Amino acid sequence: MFICTATKLHPSLPSPFHLPNTAAIPPTTRKRKAAEASISSQPTEALPNKRVASAAKSKAPPTPVTTTSNTMDSEEDFMSAMSSDADMQDFSGEEAPSYPFTYFDDDFDDEPDPDFGVLKDSGSKKKVAYDVSFQVYEPADIQRQQDDMVNEVNMILDINKEDAAILLRHFRWNKEKLIEDLMDRRAKVLEAAGLGTDVNTAPKLEPVPGFVCDICCEDEEGLETFAMKCGHRYCVHCYRHYLTQKVREEGEAARIQCPAEGCGRIIDTKSLDLLVTPDLADRYRELLNRTYVEDKDTLKWCPAPDCQNAVECGVKKKDLDKVVPTVACLCGHRFCFGCILNDHQPAPCELVKKWLKKCADDSETANWISANTKECPRCNSTIEKNGGCNHMTCRKCKHEFCWMCMGLWSEHGTSWYNCNRFEEKSGTDARDAQAKSRMSLERYLHYYNRYANHEQSAKLDKDIYQKTERKMVELQRESGMSWIEVQYLNAASQTLQMCRQTLKWTYAFAFYLARNNLTEIFEDNQKDLEMAVEALSEMFEKPVQELCDRKLKVVIMDKTSYCNKRRIILLDDTAENLANGATGGTIYDYFAW
Amino acid sequence: MASKRIYKELTECTTSPPPDMKVCLWNESDLHTWKVALAGPASSVYEGGNYAVLVTLPTDYPFKPPTVRILTRIYHPNVTNDNLGNICLSILKPENWKPATKVSAVLQAVRQLLVEPQPDDPLEARIADEYRNDRNEFEKNARQYVTRYARGPPVFGDAPPAAEKSK
Repeated sequence: MFICTATKLHPSLPSPFHLPNTAAIPPTTRKRKAAEASISSQPTEALPNKRVASAAKSKAPPTPVTTTSNTMDSEEDFMSAMSSDADMQDFSGEEAPSYPFTYFDDDFDDEPDPDFGVLKDSGSKKKVAYDVSFQVYEPADIQRQQDDMVNEVNMILDINKEDAAILLRHFRWNKEKLIEDLMDRRAKVLEAAGLGTDVNTAPKLEPVPGFVCDICCEDEEGLETFAMKCGHRYCVHCYRHYLTQKVREEGEAARIQCPAEGCGRIIDTKSLDLLVTPDLADRYRELLNRTYVEDKDTLKWCPAPDCQNAVECGVKKKDLDKVVPTVACLCGHRFCFGCILNDHQPAPCELVKKWLKKCADDSETANWISANTKECPRCNSTIEKNGGCNHMTCRKCKHEFCWMCMGLWSEHGTSWYNCNRFEEKSGTDARDAQAKSRMSLERYLHYYNRYANHEQSAKLDKDIYQKTERKMVELQRESGMSWIEVQYLNAASQTLQMCRQTLKWTYAFAFYLARNNLTEIFEDNQKDLEMAVEALSEMFEKPVQELCDRKLKVVIMDKTSYCNKRRIILLDDTAENLANGATGGTIYDYFAW
Repeated sequence: MASKRIYKELTECTTSPPPDMKVCLWNESDLHTWKVALAGPASSVYEGGNYAVLVTLPTDYPFKPPTVRILTRIYHPNVTNDNLGNICLSILKPENWKPATKVSAVLQAVRQLLVEPQPDDPLEARIADEYRNDRNEFEKNARQYVTRYARGPPVFGDAPPAAEKSK
């Protein structure tokens, strides 16, 4: 049973049998999921990909990987997560309920499951609301997808592969539309895509008697020339120079036209191979791959530096106010498919954008204003007191007041320069008004400081992994526990990072929430998670000597599990409310957008 | 390789120049800098004006597009209203440039731009607005510029002005 499971894992994933290795994947634990797992709104146009995915599957590394946000906190949990459906059934009743975040359908059947709904309803394996399904493709997969589609069009329409590729690119890889349009008005479509309607002949270099190159004006005997089917013939040197410049300097690939003035004929791969050096052809293919991913709305590059994978996700742009599509690449990077920023659950993209802008604009200024200024009680101009006495005269409205009590200066009578009067009505009123205008700033700072705090912790993430590993090694030595037995520390560390990332964004989210019942539930969830995280963090930081205590290990494992649970509850709840906005149910009211 | 092509083009342009134009090199030793005297096309608002046009061919010509500047001040939506006289012409954009395009075709496109300005792709947004919304005012201003700057033989100056990009 385990063998069967393992063969379905992508080769680049560490094998589950070497725990230390597995644990070494930094932020997430990954599990495989049925390749065709659906989002409810998965459109029919995703069909071709499905086909490709299942075709690729038989060749072994299809890589449909879905990530869950959980972190394993024990061996048993690890095993139950990795086990197949059959095991899950064995466990159900005792094991499964105690690990509520093992919620994925570990469907390892080769056949894509025809009816996902059935699985969804089957009790213990609940799909959480914030989860979106996605697949990660490596460069070879991306190439294969294109090849498969090209082959298919080649077969269906009896068009040679180079032309099929050009057509597919022209139609942004929408195969159905291509076929339909081509059936309807073949000549027009071919023309628009930069292909003529003339007969197929293999591209070749040839000398033409009496030829004068229109670009360089050379006419020497035996000069090799090339022309695409449009018949615009140039010498091979000029053609090569032209293509090299387009590919190398301009980064152009999918739409390189014939060098003739006004000719829209597109150069095909075979012709290009014939004309340029192999390394340039490689670059050309790289650029083509890039346009493939960029042309398809359901594909995005993983933004992690040096990562060459692409992620496919069916979440549409217009749904981004209802769902936060967090995906995880094979390289371990978790990001939002909607805006490519790092994972920002539970806050929706739009709100994240506003928040980040606000922070960039306001934060430093706001902090300073809060610390160093007051507003004029009459006109609310912000005033900085940069020395001198308490008798203030507003430059703008000439209002005279006392800096200490904010009351009218005229009422100060003889107690000038020594304000000790706090009871006068004008002073209290002025301070009230001031407090109000200050409140919005304070409110922002409240959320910002907490957000920034968690962000700061996240920045330390880089060291945390190394620190944890060192600690694990130490603990192993001190306590005599095995490497597998100290894995709980790694799990705790990953949980801490993940939860902090979530907490950080809950504060940005909360800033925009108007107060209602839902907000209260949200804040309760937030509080619970934050308390749990802080408690876990404290235990995690304890010196190794104390960690040797086996009782503490159990406490930490429990706390880790609890944190994960709280995080899932928070995200699930928020995601559900966001999604419900679409169906006319309750939705969060946004405040101060 | 480039010089052969440039020489051929130059010969063509000097012996049978495009309409309303006279073409020569700025100085005999430099094939890459051309002087073009362009007469404002008849029936356009620029009729009667004489324009000094500078054509610079890059070292990579014909694989890179030439640059064209109208040195004489001109009131036109697609020419910068300054001493640089940069032109916005789609065939001269690097991504649209085709190596088979000839300078004479470029010059004809410049002339065509005087006959028919392209206010949807302006360098001078204000003039483009005026062209679209108040044609009389535009024509009045354009003619004024002709009278003020473009009467008499085109003025090229002593040395070709250094290439500058305003946009």
